[in-house]
Amino acid sequence: MNPSPETIAVAAILFVVLAAYALFGGADFGGGIWDLVAGGPARGAAPRELIDESITPVWEANHVWLVFILVLLWTAFPPAFAAIMTALFVPLSLSLLGIVLRGVGFAFRHTARRMRVQQLTGATFATSSLITPFFMGTVVGAVATGQVPVHPGGNVPAAWTSPTALLTGFLFVAACAYVSAVFLVLEARQRGRHELMRYFALRATAAGAVTGGLAGGTFFELSRSAPYVYHRLTGISLPLVAISIAAGIAVLGMLWLRWYHPLILRATAAAAVATVVWGWGLAQYPYLFPTSLTLPSGSAPSATLDAEFVVAGLAVVLVVPGFAILYYLQQRGLLTEAESDADLRLAAHLGPAGVGRPAAAEPEPVVARIGVAAVLVTLAVRAIRNVFSPGSRRG
Amino acid sequence: MTHVLAVGAVNPVPARSQMGSSLGFHIILACFGVAFAAVTMTAEWIGIKRNDPVAMLLARRWSKVMAVLVAVGAVSGTVLSYEMGLLWPGLMGRYGAAIGLPFSLEGIFFFLEAIFVGVYLYGWRRLSPWAHWWTGMPIVVSGILGAISVVAANSWMNSPAGYTLKDGKINSVDPVSVFFNASTPYEATHMILAAYMVTGFVVAGVYAVGLLRGRRDRYHRLGFGVPFTIAGIAAPLQVMMGDVIARFIASNQPVKFAAMEYVLTTQRDAPEWLGGILINGHEYFGISIPAFDSILVGFNPHTTVIGLNSVPASQQPPLDTLIHLSFDLMVGIGFFLFVLAAWQGWWWWFHRRVLMTAWFLVPAALSGVAAVTAMEAGWVVTEVGRQPWIVYKVLLVSTAVTPSSGVTVTLAVILALYAILTVVSIGTPMIMSRRWRREGPAEEDAEQVPYGPSSAPAGAFGAGATGAGAPGASGAEPRAPVGGAEAP
Repeated sequence: MNPSPETIAVAAILFVVLAAYALFGGADFGGGIWDLVAGGPARGAAPRELIDESITPVWEANHVWLVFILVLLWTAFPPAFAAIMTALFVPLSLSLLGIVLRGVGFAFRHTARRMRVQQLTGATFATSSLITPFFMGTVVGAVATGQVPVHPGGNVPAAWTSPTALLTGFLFVAACAYVSAVFLVLEARQRGRHELMRYFALRATAAGAVTGGLAGGTFFELSRSAPYVYHRLTGISLPLVAISIAAGIAVLGMLWLRWYHPLILRATAAAAVATVVWGWGLAQYPYLFPTSLTLPSGSAPSATLDAEFVVAGLAVVLVVPGFAILYYLQQRGLLTEAESDADLRLAAHLGPAGVGRPAAAEPEPVVARIGVAAVLVTLAVRAIRNVFSPGSRRG
Repeated sequence: MTHVLAVGAVNPVPARSQMGSSLGFHIILACFGVAFAAVTMTAEWIGIKRNDPVAMLLARRWSKVMAVLVAVGAVSGTVLSYEMGLLWPGLMGRYGAAIGLPFSLEGIFFFLEAIFVGVYLYGWRRLSPWAHWWTGMPIVVSGILGAISVVAANSWMNSPAGYTLKDGKINSVDPVSVFFNASTPYEATHMILAAYMVTGFVVAGVYAVGLLRGRRDRYHRLGFGVPFTIAGIAAPLQVMMGDVIARFIASNQPVKFAAMEYVLTTQRDAPEWLGGILINGHEYFGISIPAFDSILVGFNPHTTVIGLNSVPASQQPPLDTLIHLSFDLMVGIGFFLFVLAAWQGWWWWFHRRVLMTAWFLVPAALSGVAAVTAMEAGWVVTEVGRQPWIVYKVLLVSTAVTPSSGVTVTLAVILALYAILTVVSIGTPMIMSRRWRREGPAEEDAEQVPYGPSSAPAGAFGAGATGAGAPGASGAEPRAPVGGAEAP
């Protein structure tokens, strides 16, 4: 049985969202990783500040991408979702632990003013940025190698501790660091911080080389552990894989030549990541779990898939203009981070509406108010009696 | 404790406890996500309309607190999304195609909320007052629509509808019937009113403490009055709604209603029990009002009320005493808050003032805690009252729970983490408020909140920007609390 067009469409949406999360969420995690390795308080101050400034606007929106992935998976492909969540309980719980710790670190680090507390929350934030992508990588590795049983009876540790899964985990960490460093080069450029441009260009190159190496290793491992996926990666997915490799090399070239075009560099780095995600998706087709669970047998009824399609359409209609407004206002400089209340505080204490004065509303005559109150009370009593009178409602 | 039951059935208690504590934590933050924007925008509206700097100051500060709470809520909401699968794969695997639909819609509203919180929070200075006010409107609307969507998913578990089964698998789905199941209108209204009550009374409670401590300036009176008014309008509506919902449950989920009201056997002239505990099918210590339960259900003392004995013991909810006392607590607090609001309403009507007597301010200061308690009690009633079903009369909790081991560990970790998150979400606004009181206006420039558009464009625009904006923006730079910035 071939997958229906709805199934394919929703699977495609899932992979678009996955790529978005890999890019935007990945860049966030990568920022945490660079924060972690930035060195002591004095040496790491400048890069940390840049990382902080670049992640701050987006980190919550990226949670939404992740939530979308979960929701799409459980609505459109319920059996696959249930199986993944059962078999890979441990790595998923650990990735969730990372997400929560990041949130705690983020929420409190900006309020903490004492150095020790800041260092503690900063370290929490940075360490958890390492945990989450690694364990998410092992989950993807476990799925791609087809090690997740369709009806797991409990945890399946072997699925996510296979060499392929662990390699995928490391690959995710390296890819996050790579994407993030490339984006940070551009963030530094935008702010005119030339020393940080060089700082992150160097790290982007190193991370890019490591990512390439790990990708090669994973690819080699797949040939043994996941013959079906490997076969299609070298077959129908080959153009996508080739684009990814070419884009990766192009990014390294641009960094080496110091040609930091904001749009082209960003797009090329994004293409390197997105094509590899899509290549994986295409290589799995038509399986959710190669080669045990097919799309048709693992997907929801067509009405649900149609509804998901409508939801995706609504998301485009509502969320895209929302983001457009956000970016428009940000680019026009209409959104500023630091807010002073000084003007209002001065006005509030010195102005005519100052301390100790009740609101200067002209009071109505007491008689009128008693009259209105009486009418209101009568209406209320009648309404209550109406409700309680037998036969007025179903009894 | 799981090992005793290792063979065959899985003990659902750790998973249930983890879900309960995660939901119980998240729901408080969710209330602020739904309703805080409306409270803040009311203050801002007063500020713009009457050119009132005190109201504007309150609105700006509330928006900063809102940012912290929404950020923590985003994290705890992500936890819940994971837990739907980690803890209940049996539910999601079988019925994800139906129950997932309302969640999908909720995702869109979550996105919109996140975007416009960013705009609202950082648009104070440069947007025109009314333009800024309007950027808050999408937060209010998506808060309400998001609440309806996510409550619809819970309602579906109480009144499953809109699907057909074939060989135990979902065969077809009617998305509209899933979303608008029988419980949705009742539960959604109840929850949205609860969100406005929790937010309003909690914020008002903070300023009531300030008033009690003698800070009786206009800043504190207005800070008390605006949220208290909003919560006070919701309170009577909630009491009326609660009455309607109780009758709906009596007909829609009679066993849950029987546990709520200690109706042990199906009977006419059913008494209403106030308080009391149930031990081995006997009621102790409660006050009984003869036939009043029947009157509440059917406006007639001879109305038949279905009892617990209508289903076999295996299908009766556990912990009847907890369900009943939670229900009584919720109703009691509801009436208490209604009376409190009515008292202040009466006083305002005739004196145009905030009541300053301690007889009013002490309960008002506690009204926030009371509202949160009532809401939690309500969730205990609806969730424990549905047991042993996860989807009423369709799927048992014990069938839905994950067979994976390790839930006891994640439960312990979640409890520890949420203790930290609680400290963060209460502590951060407290630290902010202490700073607002102690420090001069200049220090406040350095105040940072967890997320929002970066200051980059501001920096880039700094040179060309208006004189009013630039000093503030540049003044903040040296104090930006980034790790290591203050190192010697």
